[in-house]
Amino acid sequence: MGDVGEVGEVSEPPQSTRTLVLWCPDWAVVAAGIPPQVPAAVLVANRVEVCSAAARAEGVRRGLRRREAQARCPDLVVVEHDPGRDARAFEPVVAAAASFTPRVEVIRPGVCAFATRGPSRYFGGDQALAVRVARAASRAVEATTGTEGCEARVGIADGLFAAALAARGSRVVATGESAAFLASLPVVALERPELADLLVRLGIRTLGQLAALPAADVLARFGPDGAVAHRLARGLEERPVSGGTPPPDLVVSRELDPPAARVDTAAFAAKALASELHERLQGLGLSCTRVRVEAETEHGERLSRLWRHDGALTAGAMAERVRWQLDGWLRGTAGEHQDCEPTAGIVLLRLAAEEVHTDQGMQLGFWGGSAEGDERAARALARVQGMLGPEGVLTAVACGGRGPGERVGFVPWGDPREPGRPLDCPWPGRVPAPAPALVPSPSMGAEVAGPQGDSVRVTARGRPSSPPARVSVEGKAWKEVTGWAGPWLAEERWWDRRAHRRRARFQVVTGAGTAYLLALEGGRWSVEALYD
Amino acid sequence: MVLPQALTEPALPEPELRQQGLHRPGLRELAGRARPVSLARERVLPVLPAFCELLPDGGLRRGMTMTITGESHAGLTSMALALVAASSAAGSWCAAVGMPALGALAAAELGFDLSRFALVPAAGPQWATVAAALLDALDVVIVQPPLRVRSADARRLSARLRERGSVLLVMETGGRAGWPEPPGVRVSVREARWEGLGQGHGRLEARRVEMAVDGKGTASRQRRARLWLPAPSGGVERE
Repeated sequence: MGDVGEVGEVSEPPQSTRTLVLWCPDWAVVAAGIPPQVPAAVLVANRVEVCSAAARAEGVRRGLRRREAQARCPDLVVVEHDPGRDARAFEPVVAAAASFTPRVEVIRPGVCAFATRGPSRYFGGDQALAVRVARAASRAVEATTGTEGCEARVGIADGLFAAALAARGSRVVATGESAAFLASLPVVALERPELADLLVRLGIRTLGQLAALPAADVLARFGPDGAVAHRLARGLEERPVSGGTPPPDLVVSRELDPPAARVDTAAFAAKALASELHERLQGLGLSCTRVRVEAETEHGERLSRLWRHDGALTAGAMAERVRWQLDGWLRGTAGEHQDCEPTAGIVLLRLAAEEVHTDQGMQLGFWGGSAEGDERAARALARVQGMLGPEGVLTAVACGGRGPGERVGFVPWGDPREPGRPLDCPWPGRVPAPAPALVPSPSMGAEVAGPQGDSVRVTARGRPSSPPARVSVEGKAWKEVTGWAGPWLAEERWWDRRAHRRRARFQVVTGAGTAYLLALEGGRWSVEALYD
Repeated sequence: MVLPQALTEPALPEPELRQQGLHRPGLRELAGRARPVSLARERVLPVLPAFCELLPDGGLRRGMTMTITGESHAGLTSMALALVAASSAAGSWCAAVGMPALGALAAAELGFDLSRFALVPAAGPQWATVAAALLDALDVVIVQPPLRVRSADARRLSARLRERGSVLLVMETGGRAGWPEPPGVRVSVREARWEGLGQGHGRLEARRVEMAVDGKGTASRQRRARLWLPAPSGGVERE
């Protein structure tokens, strides 16, 4: 029971780093370029994730369904959830903070933090630093999003958790006062809804009441998560400071030749790099909670950012952060921070694990024997992607649609398998089963002739001008038609002028036994699919 | 303590033994006794019931090359997908190399698990390297090679197959030069006839094909059968 004893000790000195947190409220809405006076909300899985102050004033709350939110506020502007956009727009704000100190950590898009020890002495105290950072950040927000009245709030306190809460009220908490500052806040501030709910039912309503409990009892009753919450409530860091700096070989880098000018090329290299670092960490039994991503261009420009994550960063999460960072950098950001836009392609990528902890490990399923084979297959496919590029290996995802080509979407291997169009809609006019085994893309040109040699057309009433008698594919020899059916008319997206398509489909079998799915669109015949 | 020579001499390099926890002789002996026995049926990937009696081992034997030949557009692609469908549904990893027009929906209808099915549509001149890399780790790889296959490539792939225990399906459409090595099993498809389509009415419902299987060793006796591919109710059935 050594662990319990360690956690239970109250003797450890308060080792919290004095931290400044820069918080942009409702970032996802601000990043979409919506002015604060417009009620707007960002939805994830049909529930409100973030909403603007104007929407909140109308009664929209986080967690509401779309319909409920729109009922409370009929003018609500609904914005699509896009973490990439949020991170991209946040880049100039981080750059503004980085002009005060180089070691800025991005907690998530909308929140970043740095240790104040050096900059605060240079700029004449915490209060003065906070004012300067807030002003610089607000200017950066307004310049990137082009909207007036967006604010950035700054809070300083001992430890990241207290500083983040201080930032909500734009407060500077004096050294050593963090525990007192936290004491009056409700337990909901822990952002652990289940635990907070339980604590409130037990009569523990404020962080002060939680902090007053003995640490060992909290661990025994609420488990490791409760122990972390207890540490936070006492104004300590989330984890006991461990190990110090990681060994120097926890840095992986790759030179890109030719230089990567596009985000996806660099992100693909970063994916391999992230799994390499992850493997090395795994070998040492460590997990990483803070990673530094550095990129260098041909002209020697550098961009380096620290990313923090509450749980352990997986290889995928690391790669995602690299992508966000490069997205913001390579696409360039408008306004006064134009100087941070690179002038050449990226030649060097480096990932460094900055903060590591002993990995708590994961228990594999007792009967799950296929994990090894899955991992081997994933490695082989990544190797082929290395040879042919990320789009060289695809995976098919079933999605909604009418034609055989529309009912399957292809995404690069390793990307999320999400159907492009919803599957559960009725899709009237769908081509019936069996599905064709060959769907050439782009479709092949064809000619269809009637018994008198005239080209077959479809009349306004949806009837063929003459029965198809012969077919020629891509200008090759004419083949006799032995059976045909159609036309099956499909009028798609008539409400959208650009996406509107009107097609007539025919199934045709030739004397040689080949079956085609032919489509007539705008007077041109094409082979949409082959029943091979 | 002095141990007999046979026990102290490690068969594997030392670090590897240590990693597996087998650097102690007693443990090694125990591991040998407890090692799972590989059964004959584990060396054969399952196929749909309609194919069981037609294929020499009642399935796709690991390490074999299978060619699928016939006139182009006579059902070769469907045949290849149908042969692999059952093992994909059973959890095998599959890939198709050099088939840019492959209809993944048809594969899904036959029972493929699309999340374990990788497509390399345009491998180009690197197709043999790509196929070799995939054969290393995946269970079944379907390949449509370019016009000419070098016999060195074919030999290398066959050796890789035997070593790793995967299955290679080669599409030999009409007009292309064949696979230079004699395949383990050759499946030929002929006389495809679609049913269900009239003159201006009906729809494509089912197709009859004649399938012939021959090859090396146990497969040398030719077996023929008439199949529904697909059957009117979907899937594959013997006529």
